[in-house]
Formats: sequence, C-alpha cells, structure tokens
Amino acid sequence: MSHKVVVPIGPYHPLQEEPEFFRLYVEGEKVVDIDIVIGYMHRGIEELSEHKHFDQIPYSVERICGICSSSHPYAYVLAVEDILGGEANVVPERALYIRTIVDELQRIHSHLLWLGLAGHFIGYNTVWMWAWKYREPVLDMFEMITGNRNHYGMCKVGGARRDIREEDVPVLKKALDDLLPAVDMFKGAVMDDPVIQARLKGIGILNKKQAIEWCAVGPTARAAGLNIDVRRDDPYGVYDRVSWNVIVENDGDIFCKTKVRILELYESINIIRQCLHNLPKGEIDANIKDIPAGVGIGRVEAPRGECFHYIKSDGTNSPIRHKIRAPSYMNVASNKVAAVGQTISDTTITLAAVDPCYCCTERVAVFKDKTDKKLMNGWDLIKLSQEKTKKLQERLNGGNK
Amino acid sequence: MEDVVGRIREKFYDQIIKFEEKSARRIYLDFKPADIQAAVKFIFTDLGCRLATVTGTDMPQGIELLYHFSYDRSGQVISLRTLLANKKDPHIESITPLIVGAEWIEREIWELLGVEFDGHPNLKHLLLIDDWPEGKHPLRHDHD
Repeated sequence: MSHKVVVPIGPYHPLQEEPEFFRLYVEGEKVVDIDIVIGYMHRGIEELSEHKHFDQIPYSVERICGICSSSHPYAYVLAVEDILGGEANVVPERALYIRTIVDELQRIHSHLLWLGLAGHFIGYNTVWMWAWKYREPVLDMFEMITGNRNHYGMCKVGGARRDIREEDVPVLKKALDDLLPAVDMFKGAVMDDPVIQARLKGIGILNKKQAIEWCAVGPTARAAGLNIDVRRDDPYGVYDRVSWNVIVENDGDIFCKTKVRILELYESINIIRQCLHNLPKGEIDANIKDIPAGVGIGRVEAPRGECFHYIKSDGTNSPIRHKIRAPSYMNVASNKVAAVGQTISDTTITLAAVDPCYCCTERVAVFKDKTDKKLMNGWDLIKLSQEKTKKLQERLNGGNK
Repeated sequence: MEDVVGRIREKFYDQIIKFEEKSARRIYLDFKPADIQAAVKFIFTDLGCRLATVTGTDMPQGIELLYHFSYDRSGQVISLRTLLANKKDPHIESITPLIVGAEWIEREIWELLGVEFDGHPNLKHLLLIDDWPEGKHPLRHDHD
C-alpha cells in the first residue's frame, strides 16, 4: 500500500542559501511529487524601476542578485540601447571590451561558487573549500577593475562607468594564467573522481524534450543537448569578435551540468585573454542624455542562462514598463521533472544543479491602493507577523488541552 | 537558416494586424487576443521557437501582453503583441496547456495584473502571499 509522506525543505533550511520552499512527497526513500513555493525574496524591483531615472535603474537591478550582478544591468542597458539603435551603434569600442571582460569574469566566479556549493551538497567539502579558494583571486581581479568584489557598477547606458587601467592589464593576464592550473585541477578532480561520478551520473535528469517543454536555458539546457547560448546566437559586447566554443553535453544529468560549467571556465578564460590582448584605446562612454519613446529588448547569457529585460519608454526620464526574466525563473520550475523519481538524498543536489537564484526569480511590487498610499509599511508587516504567531500559539495551546 | 518570420507571416496573413521589424533581430507582430493561442502553438510546436517570457503592461487603453519567443538559430526575438481592451475583466486563453514552462509566467501576470488565463491548470499565487487581498493588482496603474 502506498504511504505518502511530506518532507519539507525550507523556507529556511541550513542547506539552502536563500529562502524557498520545496514540499517533497515521498514514498519510502523515493520522491513521487514536488511542490515548489517561491515568493520569499520578492522585493518589487520591476515596479521600482517605473519610478527611477534611466540612469538609476542599473543600481537597483544590479542588486537583484549578488552573483550575476553584471548580467542584470548589462541586459537592462542592452534593452535601452535597443531603443537607441543597438549596442554596436551606440557604445564606444573600448566599452564593449570592458563589458565583455566583466561579464566573463563574472561567469568564472559564479561557476566556481556553484562548484563549491555542489561539492558541499554532496558532502564533498574538499571541493567546496578549494573551489572557493580559487574564486578569491577572481574577486581580487574584480576589485582591481571595478573597485568592488561583488556589485561592480560597470554598466551605464551608452558605455562603461570605469576604465581598465593600462598598468592593470599585465596583472590581470598573470592572474588568469595562475587560474588555469586550478581549473585543470578541478577538471581532473571532478570529472575523473569515481565518488563524484557515482553521486552525479544518471541523477536529476532533464532530457532534451523536457528542457524544450520547460523552456530551460543556460547550462541546464546545454547539458541536455540544447545548443543555445545568447552570446553566440544574439551576440552583444565583442563575443562575435573573439573565438570560443559553446559547450554542449547530451545526457542532461547533474554530471553533465557540472561538466558544462567546468569546461565553460576554460572558454571564459580564453575570451578574457583575447579581450585583454585586443583592448582598443579610446572613449568608454557615449554620454547619452535622452531616451526616446519606444520598446527595447536586451538579453545576456548570465552564468545561469538567458537573462531577459524588456523596456518600454514614453520619452520621459523613466520607463513605463520594465520586465525582468531571470534564467532561474525557467530553470527552477523544471525541477518538477528533474527531482521526481529520485531518492531524497539526491534531491538536494538535484535542486541545486540548476544553480538556482531565487533573488533573481522573484522581483516586483510595492503596493499602492487608490489613494496612492502604501497598503503596508514595515511596522504593519511586523504586527501581521506577531498576530500570526499569536494565532499559531493559541492553536497549539488549544491542541494540548 | 529558416525564415521563421516569413513562415509566420504567410500562415497568419489574415490575422496579423501589424508587422514591425524594429531591427533584424527584434520583430513585433500584433494579433487579436483570440488568435494568440493558434499563433503560439505554431511558433512553439512547428517552428521550434523557445518561449522567453510574457510581459504584461497596464496601458491606458487596456492590458498589453507581449509573448516573447526566441528563435535561437538566428538569434531573433519574435514578440507577439495583443491588447486586452476590457480592463475590468481581462481574459485570454492560457498557453500553459501547450507550453508547460509558461505556468509560472501566467500565474505571475494573473496576480500582478489581474489577467484571467482561461484553461490554466493551476492559477494561484506565485510571488505574493496566499491571503493577498483579492482584486488588488500591484502592477496596475489604475488610470481610470
């Protein structure tokens, strides 16, 4: 006789770095169904954009996510530049190179971060420690270029905010050279390790057909054999001027997702090297003053997949609609097929294998009623929470009697 | 490379209200709400485009929906635009039965803009709390 048990993971769980809630329905060890509940990180950024100046929005969208914090502002400025006639026609050469360098450095640090977390999730903490150790020099490179380890503030409409100093270029090249042996080590340590193979091969499969149905993007889709990458398909920055490969695997399991990300590290290092070598001299900002009325779409291949921004402008100094679709929005939903049929112990790594980012997935909405007044302020929310706790306590006490 | 835009224009010659090629990779096609589902089916199933997302915007003349499809072989973003003129009770056929990946997208538009998706299998809150006041939609501008 079947006996379904619910195992909750979240909303706050030591294994997860962000609040989200997975309700696992299990029979014995086997997961038979899953409910994904999100909404705990919802901050209202789409609505906020409608009240900000075009120049202020990169600041707020950068804070959607601390890991892909170059992808969101980049996709946003691409959308605005789409209204102005396209990035390539608006932005100076040197700024295109700087944008590409920052975008690729971000991919390296994000993939290393994920690799560490993945190691941690399967109880292989050595991988975690080493991956994060070698992520540090990447963050140092960021600090050198942008002044910050995580929120770079490099993108603005019409250019880049900061220049790369000539004297920094050799230092950056050296740092990349030093990183390469570490990536070699990870490739060997992860791809040849029998324990990792045993834990990841054939687990959490999202096959090609499912990836198409769930509209998966990024490494999640590429591991399933979908040959898609915005950098090649709809090039921005200077991706069409450097030589690199799109990494595609076919099995769709977690091992393939890991392999795609590790091999992408090589491509990213390769791209940055070429950019540093070919970095042209010149202006970095086109000094755009006005944004005309119109609509624009910008998309960027974030470390997790296609990051999609849509801007509708009416010619004033703020947009009338700013739609943001982060890659995890599509990928997290696909866990519904990837996690079902697995054992509970494989679920944590399966859920983590799409490299989820819940801050990205949820944005939008500060509420105003007709009197243009905020429906709830912070204090109201605290009171609401206190009332709910009180009700819960009453219910629990009632149950004891 | 296949000319997907040409095929859409050929197939839906009578249904397309307006065609706009903003640039080589940004294409906008205006449809009536009733024709959207057929167009989505053709573009997703027959042409193999990927649904990127759906944007809903509250405009003075109604709720505008933009179905953004990406044809990854050419890097084109094909956006189907439609306007739901009845802002009091906006309705449109759900595309979730055709594309399972659209479930969250439609749920989000339902709660933030109040658009009813007929035939959606699981229309409930996604981002907002479950006891969010009914009839209040955060992304509505309430022009009237």
